Amino acid sequence: MPRPLLALVAALAAAAGLSAFSDRFDPYYLDVAIGIGINIILAVSLNLVNGYTGQFSLGHAGFMSVGAYLSAAVTMLLGPRLLGPDGGAATAQNLLFLAALLAGGLSAALAGLLVGLPSLRLKGDYLAIVTLGFGEIIRVIFQNCEPLGGALGLNGIPAYTTAFWVLAFGAVTVFTVYCLVHSTYGQGFMATKDDEISAEAIGINTTRYKIVAFVVGAFFAGIAGGLYGHFKQTISPGGFDFSRSIEIVVMVILGGMGNMVGVIVAAILLTLLPEVLRPVAEYRMILYSFLLIVLMLARPQGLFTLRKKRA
Amino acid sequence: MPIVVGEYASLTGKEAGFGQTSHHGVVLALEEINAAGGVLGRPLELAYEDNQTKLGESATVAKKLIARNKVVALIGEVSSGRSLEAAPIAQLAHIPMIAPAATNPKVTQTGNYIFRVCFIDPFQGTVMAKFARDDLKATKVAILSSVSNAYSLGLAKFFKETFVAAGGDIATEKNFAEGDKDFRAQLTAVKAAGVEAVFVPGYYTESALIVRQARELGLTVPFFGGDGWEDEQLLKIGGEALNGCYYSTHFSAENTDPVVAQFVAKYRTRWNGETPGAFSALGYDAVYVLADALRRAGTTDGARLRDALAATKAFPGVTGVTTIDPDRNASKAATIIALRDGKAKFYKTVAP
Amino acid sequence: MTEFLQQLLNGISLGAIFALIALGYTMVYGVLRFINFAHSDVFMVGAFVGYYMGRLVPEHTFWGGFAALGAAMAVCAVLGVVIERLAYRPLRGAATLNVLITAIGVSLLLQNLGQFFFGATPRPFPELFPATTFVCGGVYVSSNQLVVIGVTLGLLFALRFIVMRTKIGTAMRAVSLNPQAASLVGINNDIVISFTFALGSALAAAGGILYALNYPSIDPLMGVLPGLKAFVAAVLGGIGNIPGAALGGMLLGIVETFVNGSEWSTYKDAIAFALLILVLLFRPAGLLGRFTKEKV
Repeated sequence: MPRPLLALVAALAAAAGLSAFSDRFDPYYLDVAIGIGINIILAVSLNLVNGYTGQFSLGHAGFMSVGAYLSAAVTMLLGPRLLGPDGGAATAQNLLFLAALLAGGLSAALAGLLVGLPSLRLKGDYLAIVTLGFGEIIRVIFQNCEPLGGALGLNGIPAYTTAFWVLAFGAVTVFTVYCLVHSTYGQGFMATKDDEISAEAIGINTTRYKIVAFVVGAFFAGIAGGLYGHFKQTISPGGFDFSRSIEIVVMVILGGMGNMVGVIVAAILLTLLPEVLRPVAEYRMILYSFLLIVLMLARPQGLFTLRKKRA
Repeated sequence: MPIVVGEYASLTGKEAGFGQTSHHGVVLALEEINAAGGVLGRPLELAYEDNQTKLGESATVAKKLIARNKVVALIGEVSSGRSLEAAPIAQLAHIPMIAPAATNPKVTQTGNYIFRVCFIDPFQGTVMAKFARDDLKATKVAILSSVSNAYSLGLAKFFKETFVAAGGDIATEKNFAEGDKDFRAQLTAVKAAGVEAVFVPGYYTESALIVRQARELGLTVPFFGGDGWEDEQLLKIGGEALNGCYYSTHFSAENTDPVVAQFVAKYRTRWNGETPGAFSALGYDAVYVLADALRRAGTTDGARLRDALAATKAFPGVTGVTTIDPDRNASKAATIIALRDGKAKFYKTVAP
Repeated sequence: MTEFLQQLLNGISLGAIFALIALGYTMVYGVLRFINFAHSDVFMVGAFVGYYMGRLVPEHTFWGGFAALGAAMAVCAVLGVVIERLAYRPLRGAATLNVLITAIGVSLLLQNLGQFFFGATPRPFPELFPATTFVCGGVYVSSNQLVVIGVTLGLLFALRFIVMRTKIGTAMRAVSLNPQAASLVGINNDIVISFTFALGSALAAAGGILYALNYPSIDPLMGVLPGLKAFVAAVLGGIGNIPGAALGGMLLGIVETFVNGSEWSTYKDAIAFALLILVLLFRPAGLLGRFTKEKV
């Protein structure tokens, strides 16, 4: 079996094993671990778009919200009908959750397609602003969508997210993105990032790569959104705004754009930091922003990239 | 071995006014109870968290208080929206939650562990509808509500039901969102509808601006609102524009009742001359109701504490007498405040 | 009809503020080819300077109001130059993505420092200028709205004069056309760029004070949404094009006001972005701009 696939199976087994013992752990630490897992999925999926393909997307939280809302819609609206009034057996609940997550991911992927298509001919700054705009438009649409709670959002979402689901999907995300990028096909992503005109000149369909990046990135963002919604048990349009997108972007920048391991480490660090700094939460955001500036000035390749500075 | 009581409030952020005043009331009550010997022979310890007026934070801090601080009960919040975030968490963990001032009915509908010590919006809406008809003599009003706020939407709905049922006419309904600064467009439309009064069931942050801009547009009819208007910032932002406006709330520091006067004096001494508002008083009462329930239950066990809370009858407090009804709400009188000469003045109380 | 005229006036007054902020974006883009995200927070700093000036000068006087305006513009001009010097100049020539991220970092830093020092609770803004209301054929005009329109027009003319008739203005136009050629003919690009930032930031500060005069509740995050919308306005008019920014700002203000007064008021934030996306799709150069095809 090829190595990545082996790693994936091992990770899934570890996730299953870990969750079997989950009641031994302090629930607070478990919560933090779940938060880390969700952020890893978000960061790695954004890394595909921003890091590997060089498309600066500032609307990732929008895809996350699509996944969160649609998966919650499935569990909250279809759930009672499919599971019965008593909530159903554990396997039935888990199956429903899986279906809900996939529904969320696929709708987010569709949103990714809709956002990616018009954005194709835009570069750098413009792309950033347009993706930001799309993120805001998605937010306003959900704010006006009464069946999904409107501006108040949804409360009391069933708490289906467990450590197993988060770790499992985390492993799947990393596996998918890794394999995608390190294949022969995947070289096209980095070619698109390096120099689009030259890539086009040698026959690489950069349009197709950009769309694939957006769609796959959005899919996993949607999965993360679904996991998030069933973890916090409450979502609202305001929670998926520009600042949320920025938080994910910071993880990718900190880890090094295009650096898978770096991004994962950054996601872990930046999830732990607010918890550790909870007593001094006011300084957290100041630190964040300062970090961004200093990073860009001193080490634009990220904290964890050991290769030499790219031109 | 102290009994740990949890509190989550908006101590910083946009609605810091709400959180700070209710927090001060909670702390004062706790200090008094501990000075008198505590509850069940144990002192009360407060574990509180700030949700920064941010969406989603209330759920996070509620989880933390329950899991890490192992609180026996949760006090929060003033905002219905934020209370709705934390309520399912408390319900699932079987930890009783007492909301001091959340008025939307959905909060206690979340489950049998969720209580409140204030009146609910169907009552408040009815009070204001009657006020508009009887006191303001208005038959044609406009409603300007916030779509991003559970409290605002609920209160607008209940007001409308009662007002229309009493023969009134809602000429137009306009919306705004939290954080908006410019309401001239909506107000221009309201003005064109030729109404006699305008109901603004929002928070003080927007309501003050709304009334100011209305006056600048030449709209001089009375504006009135609910307990979301209650904060000293209302007059600071709105100023003289608010003259001739009214709002309903739970408490007035000018009440001559000796119980209230004593509370006001104690509060002022503790908090540097600050005058208590409705949310301070409700926070204070919430803690006392909890302490009383703990004493009657004789234990901090969640289920027994819940039963004791549900059995609260005729408990005297500074916001009136609290009796928890089968829906876990309290039936209390509303106080209407009139804004005159740049000050808030007691106008009248309306019993349920 | 009165309602329409009133809404139109409201829209123009809002549009004027967007225009002032948009001018800053467009000027910086013109010379540096990047979007200064921190611009919207300079706007916020201007409003806060005005707030503190309001404690020093008496309310309801013209000279007090203009003193506050001048102070805010001066402070923010310096702030703009400092930001450029510390955060953007070292990255001159680096990938645009990196500068963009730095700009976002500066923006967040200003917002969070603001929250730290001023607290996130909104504060009431003092009435700096004498405030009265005039009635003109059923349309109510607040004196603050007139101040906004008047000051914006004045600043627009001043800007036009600077850009078209002074040496530094000509230098700005040269750098915006071709930075390398400009330095070859002896223009000190650094000075020109600093001056552009100073000018743009001063305009943002003016925008901040005028905004706070009309919507007298300020908080550290007040710049985020107006800033984004002003950027949309700049793109709408053609980024890099000064009259375009003014036109874009006006248009956006009017459209947004009419949407706000209609059935779809809750969609008004989305309108700005939808407009942006449509413009970028069908006329990327904007209304008055020129599109330059990227060459190898």
